[in-house]
Amino acid sequence: MDDFYKEYILDHYRNPRNFGQLEQPDATAEDLNPLCGDRIRFDLKVDAEGRVTDVRFSGKGCAISQASASMLSESLKGEKLDDVARMPQERVLENIGIGISAARMKCAMLGLKVAKSAALGRLAQWPDEENGEGSPST
Amino acid sequence: MIAAPGDHAALLARDFPILGFPTSRGKRLAFLDSAASSQKPQAVIDALVHYYTHDNANIHRGVYELAQRATEAFELARAKVAGFINAAEPAELIWTRNTTEAINLVSYSWGLANLKAGDAILTSQLEHHSNLVPWQLLAAKTGAELRFIEVDGDGLHKLDTLDALLENVKLVALSHVSNTLGTIVPLETIVPRAHAAGAIVLVDGAQSVPHFKIDVQALDVDFFAASGHKMCGPTGIGFLYGKRALLDAMPPFLTGGDMIKEVSYEDTTFSELPWKFEAGTSNIADAVGLGAAVDYLEAVGMDWITAHDRALLAYTLERLEPFAKRGLVVYGPKSLADRSGVLSFNFADIHAHDLASILDTEGVCVRAGHHCTMPLMEKMGWPATARASFYLYNTEEDVDQLVTGLEKAAHVFKIA
Repeated sequence: MDDFYKEYILDHYRNPRNFGQLEQPDATAEDLNPLCGDRIRFDLKVDAEGRVTDVRFSGKGCAISQASASMLSESLKGEKLDDVARMPQERVLENIGIGISAARMKCAMLGLKVAKSAALGRLAQWPDEENGEGSPST
Repeated sequence: MIAAPGDHAALLARDFPILGFPTSRGKRLAFLDSAASSQKPQAVIDALVHYYTHDNANIHRGVYELAQRATEAFELARAKVAGFINAAEPAELIWTRNTTEAINLVSYSWGLANLKAGDAILTSQLEHHSNLVPWQLLAAKTGAELRFIEVDGDGLHKLDTLDALLENVKLVALSHVSNTLGTIVPLETIVPRAHAAGAIVLVDGAQSVPHFKIDVQALDVDFFAASGHKMCGPTGIGFLYGKRALLDAMPPFLTGGDMIKEVSYEDTTFSELPWKFEAGTSNIADAVGLGAAVDYLEAVGMDWITAHDRALLAYTLERLEPFAKRGLVVYGPKSLADRSGVLSFNFADIHAHDLASILDTEGVCVRAGHHCTMPLMEKMGWPATARASFYLYNTEEDVDQLVTGLEKAAHVFKIA
């Protein structure tokens, strides 16, 4: 955890990319991390082929949740909605680029959970629990 | 006797074996999260081991010597805890799993039998979810109205409109001490006015009974709920105190074995107090453990603990003061007299979770988040706070370690 707060994490935390909301999103979702109450919303614009053409996220939270969502937002454009819905947790972990403790995994995964929820049109599972792993989120 | 925070507490800390083990990073453990759950002294750990080694059997119906010993240990623990809060008799002390279960017992048993549309329940804006959600459900089931005493920006109850708020109120349910802000709620002002308005009063004492001498008869509260694990006792054991007249008139909450006097295929007569409310085999060992915790706390002295909390809080505020110009904000009542050893804060633009993670690397355990008071956080406009809380084993060294952790957080987040 000492090494976690790298320059680029703090940069995304303090200057989040694609931050805000779309006026008429084609897909949108919002959820919170029940452990801490942090909230994230993702708005997506989608073209006729089902590809993401624009993305915004908004919300408040810790450096890990905000930086993860910010980095994720940068990689969504051009993705097919179906692929966003199936996006595995590794995508976020690769973005972050450094190990993260079990206690903070939900912080890292909140953005992806919400983006997937927007793509699915319903609340998605926690990405770190998709294979039946992890603890129930109370 | 008021000792300096350091000397006596450092000796007491030796009674708590867990405090002697360093973290995986080799740091000394500075445990500042006792408001969530306290550590356990060796005397309590020993009591559990002794019970299971020498006295274990099911209680109340066994005729053999061992069952008799288990029953005596269980009921002795009840008498100790009842005495600790000055209940009029041990039968007014009902074992529960925790504060939450104790409050639910009142909600389901007293609440469903006594509330109807047109009645009101009065609580406050700073309640823990455990003293809010049961009343929301009770209000929905009975048609009663749920009202709130407002708190100001420092977390103090606004009592100027109390008498108007009390109209048609049948139940007042309040925390004694706020788990988020440390606010000590002025029960001595509220309880007589609630009674004058015809309401009974339930107090969530989870955060007060570990830190203050509690006298339920002097406070004149009707119900008092608390958890053992925050007062040096084991997890899984808590209690509900209730005035006998109220408890006698209440229907049982959970039903089944051990709470009956006579059962036929058609009908049941229930046990007397307190067993009427203790269905099934109780958590015997942990009740015995809580009895040992109460012995320990009384040996240390509750007045000393109260003074120690306050001295440590004063020392912490003094050490944190220089951080104010770098963006550290402390929440809660400004006067030390209005608060217990709970300190919520935020540091510049560092989210409380990040702060807690960095403090953890220095061996400092603090809680971060909404502290199960989401409506209060929303009202105050705080997404989250970090919370340090003190107990009898904390020392100035723990606070100094917190300060070292804050310096590290400032360095990591590049706060000048």
